[in-house]
Amino acid sequence: MRLNLTVNGERRRADDVWEGESLLYVLRERLGLPGSKNACEQGECGSCTVYLDEVPACACLVAAGQAEGREVRTVEGLADGDTLDPVQQSFVECGAVQCGFCTPGLVVAAHDLLRREPDPSDEEIREALAGNLCRCTGYEKILDAVRSAASAR
Amino acid sequence: MEFVRPDSLQEALATKAERPGAVPIAGGTDVMVELNYDHRRPEALLDLTRIAELATWSASGGYVRLGAGVPYTRLIDELGDTLPGLAMASRTVGSPQIRNRGTVGGNLGAASPAGDTHPVLLAVGAEIELASARGVRRIPATDFYTGVKRSVLEPDELITAVLLPVAGTAAEQFSKIGTRNAMVIAVCSLGLVLRDGRAGVAIGSAAPTPRRVSGAEEFLAAELPWDDDAPLPDSLKRRFAELVAAATEPIDDVRGTADYRTHALGVLARRTLTWAWDDYRGSVRACA
Repeated sequence: MRLNLTVNGERRRADDVWEGESLLYVLRERLGLPGSKNACEQGECGSCTVYLDEVPACACLVAAGQAEGREVRTVEGLADGDTLDPVQQSFVECGAVQCGFCTPGLVVAAHDLLRREPDPSDEEIREALAGNLCRCTGYEKILDAVRSAASAR
Repeated sequence: MEFVRPDSLQEALATKAERPGAVPIAGGTDVMVELNYDHRRPEALLDLTRIAELATWSASGGYVRLGAGVPYTRLIDELGDTLPGLAMASRTVGSPQIRNRGTVGGNLGAASPAGDTHPVLLAVGAEIELASARGVRRIPATDFYTGVKRSVLEPDELITAVLLPVAGTAAEQFSKIGTRNAMVIAVCSLGLVLRDGRAGVAIGSAAPTPRRVSGAEEFLAAELPWDDDAPLPDSLKRRFAELVAAATEPIDDVRGTADYRTHALGVLARRTLTWAWDDYRGSVRACA
């Protein structure tokens, strides 16, 4: 089937999309946006977190056809040109990245948290990131990065 | 496979009548896992996310009518005070991303014995609204579940709403055992509702279906000191815990043993009764 959607502010079209395909597959394999990562494919890890109509969702659990006519914002759409979003900048500065596989999902989840709650408590940060798994960092640097991004805003 | 994208409930029901094999998909948090893992190849997917009426709720006549497609996050934000027990259970579902998409309708459609909302739906005495091109029927949650991941839903029907009583003086509690506070499929769970001198008690992940514990409900209705502010006697809590534990019919699996589940449900029963009773007496005092 043909799919029309808006991704990071641009109207995009994908052809020959299989009806059982996920939005994640469309983004990575058909639209050339590999920022959202494909890991668990069951909503456990959060590596594929994107905004769907401004609501964070696991792209692996959205059927491609459900995104028809919708607006998707991926990690690639957070920076303003060459200027990183404050959340991205904080991840760099705090060393909140090791292998990097979980980073895009964590960045989107943290970005959403700070939109909703500009000055989150540690508990709110932990809750907001509860659906994103990182197997390298032990999370402490990630928590530092979110705190730092909050204070930078 | 086909992807069917109805804009109205009528259209969706017409599709379901013609093609009962079409699998409804809303939040996708169960259905997409099955597709991603090649466990299921339905002839068609029936997308319910464009049907506005499924994603609304309303309150009237002492009931909330919750559309089957309202995501957990909205339920928690918009109905947290009105449906405290269901909101409590909803907060324990998956992660923020999952709660943004998952729905009570989907929990019912999957009908897993471990589904988080089932014990609350049973304990509050919810009714499930099922629609087809033939008409609409409402059935008590108690009659909905028929086996592991099985329900009375007919192939041409869709789950359209849940009706939950909200009138009167009430306290609602939900508790769940798991290895962490997020992304946990319940090892076991319990819903408890006290409302105007009656009790609703139900357990999850402890039998082939979510299950009401009628014996424990009758015991509480008869034995709770409804008009007395004194703390509950330990003997009453102990007996209640025994009745709940006796109603379990659990299995050993990767998440826990049958013995553990039975033991843990006794503990959950005692704890939730203490919390619910405190809430209930607090509500009575606030109204006095």
